[in-house]
Amino acid sequence: MRDVTYLRPRDLKDAVQVYRTTPGCRLLAGGTDLMVMLHARTLRPEPRAVIDLWSLPELKGIRRVDDMLEIGAAESYTGIIRSALAQQHVPALVAAARTIGAAQIQNRGTLGGNLANASPAGDTLPVLLAYDAVVVTDRRAIPVDRFFTGYRKTALQADELITAVRLPLGRQVVFHKVGTRAAQAISKVVMAVCREPARVAIGSVAEIPLRATRAEAALANGDAAGAVAAVAGDIRPIDDVRSTAVYRRAVTQNVLAELLDAFARG
Amino acid sequence: MRFTLNGRDSSVEGSGSRRLLDVLREDLRHTGTKEGCGEGECGACSVLIDGEVVNSCLVAVGQVEGRHVVTIEGLQSPLQQAFIEYGAAQCGICTPGMLLAAHVLLQRTRRPSEDDVREALAGNLCRCTGYTKIIEAVLSCAT
Repeated sequence: MRDVTYLRPRDLKDAVQVYRTTPGCRLLAGGTDLMVMLHARTLRPEPRAVIDLWSLPELKGIRRVDDMLEIGAAESYTGIIRSALAQQHVPALVAAARTIGAAQIQNRGTLGGNLANASPAGDTLPVLLAYDAVVVTDRRAIPVDRFFTGYRKTALQADELITAVRLPLGRQVVFHKVGTRAAQAISKVVMAVCREPARVAIGSVAEIPLRATRAEAALANGDAAGAVAAVAGDIRPIDDVRSTAVYRRAVTQNVLAELLDAFARG
Repeated sequence: MRFTLNGRDSSVEGSGSRRLLDVLREDLRHTGTKEGCGEGECGACSVLIDGEVVNSCLVAVGQVEGRHVVTIEGLQSPLQQAFIEYGAAQCGICTPGMLLAAHVLLQRTRRPSEDDVREALAGNLCRCTGYTKIIEAVLSCAT
């Protein structure tokens, strides 16, 4: 770890250039994932350098862009939680951010990091799926439902970096996380649901955060009970240290039923 | 790299990718900041950067260049006496992080509720005693 070179680009343009021309480097933002892996030396290949994006002003901030809300890739969860714009337009994302870790992690964790790390348990990722968010990079815009390509794998090219996330305004999305305790828990099941258009997005139940397409089809037909039945066939849960497949399947159905019930009650 | 540590200019050598925690403890001999899990779970290594509480095991020291870092050695708060009076410490490993996280809460909220205190300290694990006396100590400092 002592040998890992630390690079701090001047601005986004510089960061893009350095990322393209430095072999064997990794991007660093709040460090909540990367610093753990760097210290434990679990990254393969082991990086020779890190490029620190944390302080780049181009990657910070929350703003309206046309009919979307744009959140900088390196904006912290605390920034999202405190943002009046986020509270007004994407309250489910604010709710998710509040369940991540605790103050120490919320002060450092970022949407760009959650996306790039692509953990199936990433708490914001089902929310982004339920909003049909768009991942903006230095070169293109990627719909988030095409972003996760495999276990911890993304559609990003080797030298491509996330600059922002855009979410549409005016969607009613609800969020629920099931963990062992209220704070500092990695999810057993984490879900976000949008009624119109019908979106059911779930984390910790497959190798990627996924859209439950059969449940969505039932929901689009107004069949809430059908959605709850169908969702069991959409997910691919496993037994691991946090939970079991049987538990996850049952809880996924229960959580979906609860969230749909909440919609029905208004 | 230069930064302010507890109000004084500080300068360290070596790669900016080193953990702030290690630089504080090994280079700067500020051993009040403890290492618990090294994974951002336990909060024992909590410090303040520009007034916000963070886990120093997750911060690369290059990221604090030009910033203000406060460790337990730099904290001056009625919380410290309250922790003594309420017996809010046993082994002491979690105590520096608890104090710094509670300090941030009291800076922001003059009269926190018990729920506010629990939420503010949710990232700090105590494995000795439970949290009741810690929470009582923090609440006793509400003005």
